[in-house]
Amino acid sequence: MQVLQLLISGIAQGCIYGLIALGFVLIYKATETVSFAQGELMMLGAFGGLAGMTLLGFPYWLSVLCAIAGMAVFGMLLERVVIRPILGQPAFSIVMLTIGIGYVARGLITMIPNIGTETHTLPVPYKDQIWKLGGLVLNVEQMVVIAATAVLSAVLFAVFKYSKIGIAMQASSQNQLAAYYMGIPVKRINGLVWGLAAAVAAIAGLLLAPITFVHANMGFIGLKAFPAAVVGGFGSLPGAIVGGLIIGIVESFSGFYLPDGFKDIAAYIVVLVMLMVKPNGLFGEKLRKKV
Amino acid sequence: MRFIFKTEYAQDIKLAKHGGHVFWYGLLLLLLIAAPWIIAEYWLAQLTFILIYAIAGLGLMLLAGFTGQFSMGHAAFLGVGAYTQAVFTNMGVPFPVALALAGTLSAAVGVVVGLPALRVKGIYLGIATISFGFIVEEVFARWESVTGGNSGIHIKAPDIFGWKLSSGIEFYLLCLFITVVVTLGILNLLRSSTGRAFVAIRDSEISAQSMGIHLARYKTLSFSISAALAGVAGALYAHKLQFISPDQFNILQSIDLLLLVVIGGLGSVHGAFLGAIFLIAMPQLIALSKDYLPAVIGQAPGLQSVVYGAVLIAFVMFEPLGLYGRWLKIRTYLQTFPFYRKGMFKRQKSFQKSDRLK
Repeated sequence: MQVLQLLISGIAQGCIYGLIALGFVLIYKATETVSFAQGELMMLGAFGGLAGMTLLGFPYWLSVLCAIAGMAVFGMLLERVVIRPILGQPAFSIVMLTIGIGYVARGLITMIPNIGTETHTLPVPYKDQIWKLGGLVLNVEQMVVIAATAVLSAVLFAVFKYSKIGIAMQASSQNQLAAYYMGIPVKRINGLVWGLAAAVAAIAGLLLAPITFVHANMGFIGLKAFPAAVVGGFGSLPGAIVGGLIIGIVESFSGFYLPDGFKDIAAYIVVLVMLMVKPNGLFGEKLRKKV
Repeated sequence: MRFIFKTEYAQDIKLAKHGGHVFWYGLLLLLLIAAPWIIAEYWLAQLTFILIYAIAGLGLMLLAGFTGQFSMGHAAFLGVGAYTQAVFTNMGVPFPVALALAGTLSAAVGVVVGLPALRVKGIYLGIATISFGFIVEEVFARWESVTGGNSGIHIKAPDIFGWKLSSGIEFYLLCLFITVVVTLGILNLLRSSTGRAFVAIRDSEISAQSMGIHLARYKTLSFSISAALAGVAGALYAHKLQFISPDQFNILQSIDLLLLVVIGGLGSVHGAFLGAIFLIAMPQLIALSKDYLPAVIGQAPGLQSVVYGAVLIAFVMFEPLGLYGRWLKIRTYLQTFPFYRKGMFKRQKSFQKSDRLK
């Protein structure tokens, strides 16, 4: 029972990591840049939901939709205003740029008087409910996370497999030039990918909010999504979710069976081992540099 | 515009290219030596911090700016140096010996981190070093018998074989001395064949390799030198603060160091100093400007990170060569006046250098 319980909470946490990692991977595949602002986008999404529910008094479902849509627009705007002008610069410049975006986002939220420095709870309808299943105590918040991640993964899978825009995204991530020649508006696709990544991050934030709290520093969890993305293979979408689950489960078990302190660094130990054993990750493709 | 007529090879690698260099850098050094008697104690402490960060920045500059390996966990090396210094100084080891130990241990740790760096590159290296940084921070917090855990550890004043440096002035001069030695060392290294090998690796690993540069050896060497400098800076940092705890060496410190090299200007020794000045002066400027801003903005706790982030974004977008690049432009403008053209430093639109290949 104990093991099952740990497994479920690990999976729930892993889903969050996986969703954030999904954002990294989407952006990486489309523009070959790594966004360090993903955790902050998640934080903004959670605050968006909070603002919708408490300040504007929207019902739960409406404020969630508004937050996700708002973050999608914000992601596209971000791509257009700051990312697009410096595409083609060394990858590291863009990494620094996204770190800068993260700083600004975190700072701006902190600057909001009375709200920014506090921790808030998102008043979701399923808050603090518990299902009892035999000897198993299921936290509804965690179950919602798992269910939502499963649904989202299925939707994304369908989009990438069957819809025109999903196939265009795949094409432009495989070879931008060839995609461009085939009539795919690569720049617009990149904008859409950023929007999609921001929306996924917002969903992750809204799912995480009931479990932890909403506060300006919740974006630091994004740093744990990097190991997830690497374990899964940086260029693979299913890999991101699987990597997230692995990291979440390892973390949950090491928190219980290993001495204090291992829980916080389990993810990083896993990623270092992974980089030494299989640098391309579980689902990554093996690529060699041609001169 | 100054034209240097070179008549022998030695002129090519001379550190001071012409009389102007000798004059201005000499003047700067004199001013820095005289600083304790010119400026107030508070500003002297800030100047000491600038020197300490400049040493760490030089280390990261060597690694990131000249070898092209980005370390996002450099605070870990800073921490290793600081804790080594604290532990040995408190055991009664004299300052120079403890400093050497701090540098050596950091370098050893740097080699350990450098080894996986041979297999991974680009963003993977960044993630590997971040992970390493987190693990080291956790070790500082948990290894309580040595590091004192989260409650931190106090460190005695430096003691050079019986000569106790208890005042801020003496410590400042010590930092200045070490900074000058380190700077000259780095300049010397960069004009040697080793330094040129580093730059070759940065520009293209494959062509460096095909010219006979042993990638593994030079990358590890770069990591260890960089880590050693960070360790030395960490040791001085520990002495300056007199108290260290694990949270001073977290991810934010690592990002601050990256901010330092990027804003200072990647690939220039000047950049490390300009970046250090920026990093230390910025909070002061923000604090000074607080009185002039409306209270809603001025008193808000997030102001500093907004300013940092905005400055970082602005530099990456508009001045990728950093403060030093801006200074180069101004200097060229003055030297060639009135013939400066707008396109002289135009960024080359490079096609995306892909990590991912077909």
